[in-house]
Amino acid sequence: MPEQLAFAMEVTLNGLMSGVLYALVALGFVLIYKASGIFNYAQGVMALFAAMTLVGIMNGQVPFSHLINALLGTEIHHFGWHVPGFLAIILTVAVMVLLAWLVQVCVMRHLVGQEPIILFMATIGLAYFLEGVSDLMWGSEIKTLDVGLPQGINIAVEEATYKLFDYGFFIDNLDIVATVIAALLVSGLVLFSQYTKQGRAMRAVADDHQAALSVGISLNFIWVLVWSVAGFVALVAGIMWGTKSGVQFSLSLIALKALPVLMLGGFTSIPGAIVGGLIIGVGEKLFEFLVGPMVGGATENWFAYVLALLFLVFRPQGLFGEKIIERV
Amino acid sequence: MLDDSDSYVTEDGRTIGGVVMEMQNITLRFGGVVAISDISFDIREGEIRAIIGPNGAGKSSMLNVISGFYVPQEGRVMYRGQPRPQMRPYEVARQGIARTFQNIALFEGMSVLDNVMTGRLNHMKASVFQQALWRGKAEAEETENREAVEKIIDFLEIQHIRKTPVSRLPYGLKKRVELARALAAEPSLLLLDEPMAGMNVEEKEDMSRFILDVNDEFGTTIALIEHDMGVVMDLSDRVVVMDYGRKIGDGTPDEVRNNQDVIDAYLGVSHD
Repeated sequence: MPEQLAFAMEVTLNGLMSGVLYALVALGFVLIYKASGIFNYAQGVMALFAAMTLVGIMNGQVPFSHLINALLGTEIHHFGWHVPGFLAIILTVAVMVLLAWLVQVCVMRHLVGQEPIILFMATIGLAYFLEGVSDLMWGSEIKTLDVGLPQGINIAVEEATYKLFDYGFFIDNLDIVATVIAALLVSGLVLFSQYTKQGRAMRAVADDHQAALSVGISLNFIWVLVWSVAGFVALVAGIMWGTKSGVQFSLSLIALKALPVLMLGGFTSIPGAIVGGLIIGVGEKLFEFLVGPMVGGATENWFAYVLALLFLVFRPQGLFGEKIIERV
Repeated sequence: MLDDSDSYVTEDGRTIGGVVMEMQNITLRFGGVVAISDISFDIREGEIRAIIGPNGAGKSSMLNVISGFYVPQEGRVMYRGQPRPQMRPYEVARQGIARTFQNIALFEGMSVLDNVMTGRLNHMKASVFQQALWRGKAEAEETENREAVEKIIDFLEIQHIRKTPVSRLPYGLKKRVELARALAAEPSLLLLDEPMAGMNVEEKEDMSRFILDVNDEFGTTIALIEHDMGVVMDLSDRVVVMDYGRKIGDGTPDEVRNNQDVIDAYLGVSHD
């Protein structure tokens, strides 16, 4: 097999795996959008906040330590203990549920029935607020996150492909783990929404608010639930990206990468978010590989957005989104 | 006159019990518009109670007050002899009051079966963890709920569309699925908002038959709204007539039919 082709295969595989990470972020958007019609601009910041909280808890950092020290003149920074990753993740999930509840009680509940643009504006405000709170709580320096996920080149894949193609693929262990976890997460979500009472109620609310009320579903409860699940998805995305490139402000910008994914997959479709993520992941890696050298590289920065733009022009509802039918 | 707690037997042999729900001097305004003006009436256990009136009379508003979607400015709602505190619609539903909507509010993206299953949500008590592990209550509950749902699907003769997404059904069948979902909750009071609106004669006859059968078979108390007087007179035990937000008649179909105010309202005699 020619080396070029083997190389292209490696690029495709890597693309698929980074696509999984895009899909994870996009999934958080879809969940909230489906259930409440809110485009949650803060999803990326939620991932940042979740990752920072996780690191903070693991390192035994005192939350708001800068604020406390400045106000009381003390010098506390650490509790002096380290929390194991597994326990820290559970605690972070609890924090994300609390955050979901606060968002619902303090913000969204007062905006029921408002125009979508107003809800969107509220989430922009929420994003900046949350960004500030994360900094204030845990400090703004770059942190490394290590919950014990394997990293580095996967030797088994390299050896196997070397035997086959005479060329060893470079596949990062972290990407493989991310793919497996994302697959588990998505199947878990599907099972939850298909077979549990709360899942059924969630789908019901996503479909029709009035009808949901008439069968005794509390919209408030479901929205807290949905924001909690979105917070959990944000945490998973935050762990993956944070492990890969450190926990820092730029983590919140992964939300921008999710936008083209949503344009492709449609805002209301979970399979759409996954397929959209994979297409963007593979597309931008292959495009960079094939076309990049001709135009001087760095196509990864804009490829996804141009693709999204084309979709907006020719298929605005995305691949799996609900068809937009205007009845006159 | 009957007392609130008295029961009686109808000509066709059904027993009508005491008062379940009583509306006392209900007034509902939207800004300056008075939708309902000082209306009182009651609903007895096991009866079919109709609220009729021309378009815009305030019938739907009344139903929305009963089901908690609207909160009246004045008056109170008595439920089983107790004044009902202000409740949200989902709390009213959990009390055992199920309803359908004039413009059909179904979960369009779900199958008929799933739609009817949502009616059972308040009969599911197992926790998320039990459901996840399929342990304890969860399994028994799911079986029980499935059985209840299948029985209703059979009863309303919609077995052939069990798996069909609701969005693909014709209007008449959608109305029937909505009735099935409301019935699945095993309501103590069933509210039907224009169950026969927009139907052809044959569909209307089917729906009338189902309403009578439901009342007969399950003993469900039913309050329904309709503006087609003919249908209502054959169906109901007692009728409230509304016009311009006021109550202009209340009694058995025969009493109402001979009420001069009612005749005027329906024939469009001008009010001086």
